[in-house]
Amino acid sequence: MATRLPSVDVVLVGFGWTASILAKELTDAGLHVLALERGGFRDTIPDFSPATIQDELRYAVRNGLFEEPHRETLTFRNNASQVALPMRQLGSFRPAAGAGGAGVHWNGQNWRFLPTDFVARSHTEQRYGKRFIPADMTIQDWGVTYDELEPHYDAFEYLCGISGKAGNIGGRIDEGGNRYEGPRRREYPLPPLKRCYSTVLFDKAAREAGFHPFPAPAANTSKPYRNLYGVQMGQCTFCGYCEWFGCGNYSKSSPQACVFPVLLGRDNFELRCQCNVTRVLRDSTGKRATGVAYVDVAGRPYEQPADLVILCAFAQHNVHLLLLSGIGEPYDPATNKGVVGRNYAYQITSSVDVFLDENLNPFMGAGALGQVVDDFNGDNFDHGPHGFIGGGYIALWNTGGRPILQHHLPDKTPKWGSAFKKALAENYLKAASIATHGSVMSYRDCYIDLDPTYRDVYGDPLPRLTFDFHDNEHKMSKFVTDRAAEIAKAMKPRAMHVKQREKHYSIVPYQTTHNTGGAVMGTDPRTSVVNRYLQSWDVPNLFVMGACAFPQNPGYNPTGTVGALTFWAAKAIRDQYLRNPGPLMGA
Amino acid sequence: MPKLWRRELLKAATLLPAMGAVAATAPIRFVPRTMPSAGGNPPDYASPPQGFLSPQEKAFVDAAVARIIPADELGPGAREAGVADFIDRQLAGPYGAAETWYMQGPWQAGTEQQGYQLKLSPAQLYRATIREIDEHLAKSPAAKPFAQLDARSQDDFLHALEKGEVKISGDLGKQFFEILVVNTVEGFLADPIYGGNRDFIGWKLIGFPGPRYNYVAEIGEYGRKYDMPFVGIAGRDSPAKEA
Repeated sequence: MATRLPSVDVVLVGFGWTASILAKELTDAGLHVLALERGGFRDTIPDFSPATIQDELRYAVRNGLFEEPHRETLTFRNNASQVALPMRQLGSFRPAAGAGGAGVHWNGQNWRFLPTDFVARSHTEQRYGKRFIPADMTIQDWGVTYDELEPHYDAFEYLCGISGKAGNIGGRIDEGGNRYEGPRRREYPLPPLKRCYSTVLFDKAAREAGFHPFPAPAANTSKPYRNLYGVQMGQCTFCGYCEWFGCGNYSKSSPQACVFPVLLGRDNFELRCQCNVTRVLRDSTGKRATGVAYVDVAGRPYEQPADLVILCAFAQHNVHLLLLSGIGEPYDPATNKGVVGRNYAYQITSSVDVFLDENLNPFMGAGALGQVVDDFNGDNFDHGPHGFIGGGYIALWNTGGRPILQHHLPDKTPKWGSAFKKALAENYLKAASIATHGSVMSYRDCYIDLDPTYRDVYGDPLPRLTFDFHDNEHKMSKFVTDRAAEIAKAMKPRAMHVKQREKHYSIVPYQTTHNTGGAVMGTDPRTSVVNRYLQSWDVPNLFVMGACAFPQNPGYNPTGTVGALTFWAAKAIRDQYLRNPGPLMGA
Repeated sequence: MPKLWRRELLKAATLLPAMGAVAATAPIRFVPRTMPSAGGNPPDYASPPQGFLSPQEKAFVDAAVARIIPADELGPGAREAGVADFIDRQLAGPYGAAETWYMQGPWQAGTEQQGYQLKLSPAQLYRATIREIDEHLAKSPAAKPFAQLDARSQDDFLHALEKGEVKISGDLGKQFFEILVVNTVEGFLADPIYGGNRDFIGWKLIGFPGPRYNYVAEIGEYGRKYDMPFVGIAGRDSPAKEA
């Protein structure tokens, strides 16, 4: 029998970026907030201490800070004719477990989506005609606009202390920043990071190729910074251990560095770690959430009543919890009806490695230290002649030169033996990699449902992912990669290696932890799980945060938009929902 | 302090026995989700004092890594860097036991895109494959275990293994070789606290100075070689050197 606990005002499922922000905003509003985190507690000291965190084997190779598939994973297949098999070890993406979530181990590449990204279907139909969109592509408008989100993007950037250069303040274009971005109200909180040599060479080559490079917006602080919540951050030292690591220097934005110091001591906030939520509970009408069921570290089941339930777990875990809880109609690809699990999308990436004669010192880096070309992202260029929609950015990131996973070798280098060793010695200090990072549209045959065979440690069915890249994405990725190769060529390398992303999606090699969709937002309950305030259509006292709300995945890293949507939803909850609890939109 | 934020929970979790894989319908297993904090100390759990490999298996691994990254005119290779010790210790730890992998059945071969679907943990794969390789070689004209072949014959055999030309339980030999190469590179380039990269042999070869904390001044010195002494997590001297 589950132990029934005293009720709280708000229960947050998970404790990463979205839950940390909501906990701060809703405790500010006087509510008693409880967060249930499936992983352990972690804080800057001792867990990310600079004395021990710079350990590539432990964290980047053996996955020290990530979720562990032996507890729960997903099954995967490229299409519905295959039998889905478990993802037995982490590969293509690496969600976190533990306080701070993936906000601990990200690089800090922090973007806004383009204004046109939020109106993907209506904008594409208007500019290129209805027939430009393939019949099986299920993209849709978000139900929220860039202009509505702008103040909330601003809030997240001032929470994080983003280092960057604005390209568009109130419509005034500044060529020092991204000339294609939507208008912003003011400059970034901090100036761009210092540049390393490889980004300077990329910048020069990109200009020669006729493009418009600019410094990437970085959640790595270029100077000491006091943030939106009054928390003090340090200056990034370019140690080169951001992605896969926690920051011991208070200079990579994370819940620990940006929110914990003002949140954890509050009397009306409570955090329980190693507590895994297994169901959202509802009353007999099914229209009202009564709380959640969870299991603690010793296996004891609990029932936690709450007036408001907010899912803040990683994208596919929120979808999984909705499916297990029977909330919302599960998506059925055969009939194209139902919504939960629908419109799963991802990111399509590629790279061009360049091998130079000069010493680049790749180990002096930061997760979001890079120069970027955005000329071929979103609808920043005319797609008419190309026959695809979407796009991506081209960037030379110098995230670090960690030797096991970040040594680049010329094409056709043997995998072992003296020739391999010689290539390692000759190229480690003199190689760089240009990345492309592209959008993935949503499709009728890409979705998440429950696996009929495989189960997690709680005895529940694993989520089953059915996903593959489509022609539109392959065409787009090839186009953008070819542009990246033009820049690479202009760098006059002694060798270069163009690595197109071809063929089927594979769950094996790491690509990005940018899984999206499955509980998408919108204005029509027939095609969305949550309304434009991220409130469940079916259960109005349930909200769902995160990238699972994206109806399709634009060509940028998702965290900036996840943060903005969280502030947007927090405002709706505080200003509208708490005054009059009920649906914030008519169906 | 949050009311239920308790380090004790973490400590208690480490005392719970870790049980092996169970059938999908079995009761819930409770295994600590994340490693307890190292609390500022080097993570010695990753380098248990006793390794996994038998002397014969260790001889195979030592001989194989010496061909994968050989000592040559560029300097010492994986053998000299202690990579066999590294692999031995890794196989004895959580990696060797596939402790964090999803290892529940049913088992079936999948597509290349679906990834690893063997029922074997890395330690089991090493054990099963090395035995078969040496049995295979004992019956061959060479009639010697791998470790006793000359370097040329070892290279020829490893090439055949890589191409799938040596049949070891179907295609296990090919999969094993891929993992052996990956583990060798790990051991050559990981921090010396794990037993490989002894005396920074791997890092010195490529020019990685080790985990240094601050490059604010140097990052703007374009093209200049960084020449501070090599360091590891445990300091400037490799602990393996004293062992």
